[in-house]
Amino acid sequence: MLSMSGVAEAANRGPASLPQVQMIDEAVAQQWQDYGLQPSADATDGEWCRRVYLDLIGRVPLYQELTSFVRDRDPGKREKLVESLLEDSNYTQEFALHWGTIWSNILIGRSGGNDRRSLTSREGMNKYLRDCFARNKPYNQMVFELVSATGTTKPGTDGFNGATNFLVDKVNDEDATLATAATSRIFLGLQVQCTQCHNHPFNQWKQQKFWELNAFFRQTRGLRRFVNGGRDIDFAELVDEDYPGESGRPEEAEIYYEERNGLTKVAYPVFVDGSPIERSGYVSDVRRREELAKLMLASEYLDKMMVNRMWAHFLGYAFTQPMDDLGPHTMVSHPELLEELAKEFRKSSYDMKSLMRWIVLSKPYRLSSRSTSRNEMDDPSLGEAPQFSRFYMRQMSAEQLYQSLIRIGGQPEGSLEQQQAQRDRWLQQFTVAFGTDEGDETTTFNGSIPQALMLFNGDLVKRAIAVDEGSWLYQLAGSGRKFGDQVHVLFEAGLARRATQDEQRAAQQLVMRAGSRPIEALQDLWWAILNSNEFIMVH
Amino acid sequence: MRLHADELKRQHKSAILLWMGGGPATIDLWDLKPGQPTGGPFKPIATSGDMQISECLPILAKQMHHLSIVRSMSTREADHDRGRYYMHTGFVPNPSVEHPSYGSVISHELMADRNDLEIPPFISIGGASEGPGFLGMAWAPFSVSSNGRIDNLDMRLNDSRLTQRMRTLDLIEKGFAGQNRGPAATDHMKVLKKTFDLMTSQQMEAFEVDQEPEAMKQLYGDSDFGRGCLMARRLVEVGVPFVEVNLGGWDNHQGIHNILRNDRLPVMDKAMGALVQDLDQRGLLESTAIVWMGEFGRTPTINGNAGRDHYARAWSVVVGGGSIRGGLAVGATDEEGRKVITEPYSAEDLMATVCKSLGINMETTYQSKSGRPMQIANGGKIIEELLS
Repeated sequence: MLSMSGVAEAANRGPASLPQVQMIDEAVAQQWQDYGLQPSADATDGEWCRRVYLDLIGRVPLYQELTSFVRDRDPGKREKLVESLLEDSNYTQEFALHWGTIWSNILIGRSGGNDRRSLTSREGMNKYLRDCFARNKPYNQMVFELVSATGTTKPGTDGFNGATNFLVDKVNDEDATLATAATSRIFLGLQVQCTQCHNHPFNQWKQQKFWELNAFFRQTRGLRRFVNGGRDIDFAELVDEDYPGESGRPEEAEIYYEERNGLTKVAYPVFVDGSPIERSGYVSDVRRREELAKLMLASEYLDKMMVNRMWAHFLGYAFTQPMDDLGPHTMVSHPELLEELAKEFRKSSYDMKSLMRWIVLSKPYRLSSRSTSRNEMDDPSLGEAPQFSRFYMRQMSAEQLYQSLIRIGGQPEGSLEQQQAQRDRWLQQFTVAFGTDEGDETTTFNGSIPQALMLFNGDLVKRAIAVDEGSWLYQLAGSGRKFGDQVHVLFEAGLARRATQDEQRAAQQLVMRAGSRPIEALQDLWWAILNSNEFIMVH
Repeated sequence: MRLHADELKRQHKSAILLWMGGGPATIDLWDLKPGQPTGGPFKPIATSGDMQISECLPILAKQMHHLSIVRSMSTREADHDRGRYYMHTGFVPNPSVEHPSYGSVISHELMADRNDLEIPPFISIGGASEGPGFLGMAWAPFSVSSNGRIDNLDMRLNDSRLTQRMRTLDLIEKGFAGQNRGPAATDHMKVLKKTFDLMTSQQMEAFEVDQEPEAMKQLYGDSDFGRGCLMARRLVEVGVPFVEVNLGGWDNHQGIHNILRNDRLPVMDKAMGALVQDLDQRGLLESTAIVWMGEFGRTPTINGNAGRDHYARAWSVVVGGGSIRGGLAVGATDEEGRKVITEPYSAEDLMATVCKSLGINMETTYQSKSGRPMQIANGGKIIEELLS
């Protein structure tokens, strides 16, 4: 028989959770027990709601969205909100933009396609990915298309296929070693790039494996198409051509590589699990990339890598460090959970929304980011395996911040393509290249001074804190609410909580200083909120 | 008064790292192998120091009495990311701990006597450098482009309103930082303080390279790297302890000698030569250490595309200024440049030597977040010839 509190608890829990959610909760809780950890309390409704908006559609919830969730008494309101963000057509555009951007950054980096000499069309990559997520294309199909694509890169050209943008800049130079390394790392979590030159000392991957994998890309070329009469590249086309091999015998089409000791070795296309394909270089006999894509789809690494990636997206740390290294030498924090989730993902026919749902509705995603004396030792930044006994606080990505500030300042203008192009231009200020041929890059959007300056004084923030007629602050000031209530509205909109007493007192001081222009007090307060650590963190 | 302040600044030590992203072929610059199958087309020329260097570096050749070449670098990281991390920190990458880089360590150690510095102590020009690791975001590189333009500097607000805003912001910051959510919240407060200082500082003029006389700009050359080196000198003058200037484009897997002769080396020669000469003439060279390096060297064997690939086993770096002796070639490689035949030196050794030359106590030990003690420069050994 249930006690009263038991009944209340059962009611609070809402509808019976999905079996995959239970699986996560149990696996994680088991390790809390094993390690003597006590999880933090649940996050407040406001914190959780903010988190879900940021992680699923890429921006903070607006005041109305937040308060309607917080005030909802339905025990199933979490499931309801997640369904709405994933399935409601009002959110489809934002969802597709958010995930399309994340994947563009994974596939071509933040600066891919920005260089004049680049074959990549960032616009084409974005468009393809937005479509994938708007239509919830199964993940395996997306991977197949990205790996085997042929066609032109730029929207509006004959034979346009945006998926070509993943590989088009990675196949021409250095015998497609970039294509080899990126494909295996991103989709399979196998870091073969070091074995390009030598057998990896800590790793079972041998140099031979790298070149066998590389052989799959050798029929492929990125062809330049120029602007009429000029030298500027208009667009590119990714094609598969007959490959004669390095000894000019297309029926065998072998490649050679040099071992560290100077010996030359031969390689044919063989997948990392040892499965060979037909050796012919004739496209009419075999399309090597298509065969590779098929082999990848059959590999369990495909499933595990995506689960690991998604988990890291929502919980801040993956099951492995780094996230995209699942090689046999890598330590996994929750090996069985990773295996089981990977199987479930495959069983769901690679439904990405299902995978998102399982993770955001799980217990670890629901926890507060405040540590306690019973779990402060669970700190992956110290190099320990993460146990997810609290929500690891992290900074918003530059894209999340941009979308949040844009949305706060009103409805974004222009088509999705224009919005995305405008944002990509804005992001450039934070991207710094390393000067290597591999196009490595990093971001100064990492809590540094340029980022703080942008939030202090940048145009985006100026727009968000505008007080002219029609602006959000203008409407708030004229809403007939008492000033104290207006202050709470600002805190809920920015920080998903009400103002403390100290903060209310500070707001009163601002209004005294503002004198005849009380709206300036709202503006100063809103500026302070948007600049705070509490705003920039996903917590 | 003014003179006195200038005198004080002279005694301030600084370091300038010239970072050559991509990994230059030091066999074509500093350790030539003429007549060998690995030698390439460049001829060696005499210098003002006790060594020969590439004919493509005629301006630097006249400054080599200030600089020394370490020809016996031997490292193991031949991947860009790993090499960049290792050469910047003295530690091989380790997924469980982030080590502080050169700039973070040196600015952290040299800032104690520099209360009047209002701009960031670690500045990276035209590139990203490496991060502060466990020292925290307050010691992160402040990354600027070589034109010196810094976005979003001005709030266009009167002082009293700005003060009010900052006071309110501080209240929210402190509230959140006191909630046991991890160090990022506290680091954020420190960065805000630095940002505010910088917005209101006269010292920001140091970034305005355009203020330099035309002749000076020409001396450094009309290139991003040239402007970056000039800016580095201006920053050192106002007391910034660590500046990194980036020159990329050394990852020459194909057609290497054309690129070096016609593009990379003329740019580097002019700017770096001007920097050494200018620092010397201003009396700043004796307090400013200079380090020139990339991730690694490049293969002695010239590949099928007339390029050289990554090679870490035997390569060179260049150092000088501060209390580092100039004019020497330390160590040597074998006939074809494949192996180091004298005592090999590592990133740790180089870093230890540079830190010691700046008067940093080599017994200094940091606690990483996990409480693991970590010695400065990973306990590298001093390259004695350079400091005696």
